[in-house]
Amino acid sequence: MACFLVGAAEAIVVTVASKAIKASESKKELAVRSKGGEKAVDALREKQGIPWSRKLMWLAYLLWGGAFLLAYEHVWHGEVVPWFPFLTAMNDPGDTAEMLHEMSTVGVTMAVIVTVVWALLCVAADLILKRRANSPLENA
Amino acid sequence: MTLLVTVFAAIICTILWYKRKNDEMRLGTLCFLFWGASLMWLGDAIFEYAELHEEFFTPAPADMLNDLYLGLSVVALAMILWLIILLIKDPKGAVRRALQKK
Repeated sequence: MACFLVGAAEAIVVTVASKAIKASESKKELAVRSKGGEKAVDALREKQGIPWSRKLMWLAYLLWGGAFLLAYEHVWHGEVVPWFPFLTAMNDPGDTAEMLHEMSTVGVTMAVIVTVVWALLCVAADLILKRRANSPLENA
Repeated sequence: MTLLVTVFAAIICTILWYKRKNDEMRLGTLCFLFWGASLMWLGDAIFEYAELHEEFFTPAPADMLNDLYLGLSVVALAMILWLIILLIKDPKGAVRRALQKK
């Protein structure tokens, strides 16, 4: 009914967090660059691996993509309309209760699945980078 | 069926992303779009399966056709969105060059 709204809400939070973290990372890099130059920045990047802002943007893309395409599915099924209140379930208190129940069950499950898969993706990405850094070919 | 169509689209995009020579086509964006939707529909499918049990795997032909139509529409919409992002970001500078041409 409106389960995609949970994913969309998480996407907004994650996007804002990613932008804020990106700004703080840039500030940190600027400080390191002014102290130790470009080499110090490269060393910092190597030590940090994949920046958190980038990882969070992966999650944001997954959530925005999912929420957008699911919103279209809801339009297809007539659950979302282009006029107020936009959600047909809002016209009837019984339907509204059912919609809220669906959001708290299906919607939350969807958001959790996306977040868990993203967490696994981050771990895998870090492991791949570590493996490449330790490989003899890379160090040659 | 919608989940299946989206998963296939996600797998094909990921293979194309893996085989890419550079990131000029921004295939990663399309991968995230399809994988995000696939994971969310997987959540939906889990609840549907819990409700319908084995009936989940034997949908009515009319429902299947409608879901297939929806799945293909979703793929088309995602590709349109990706194309818009590609043209706006213009990583190859092709749009800029075309607009600057006298």
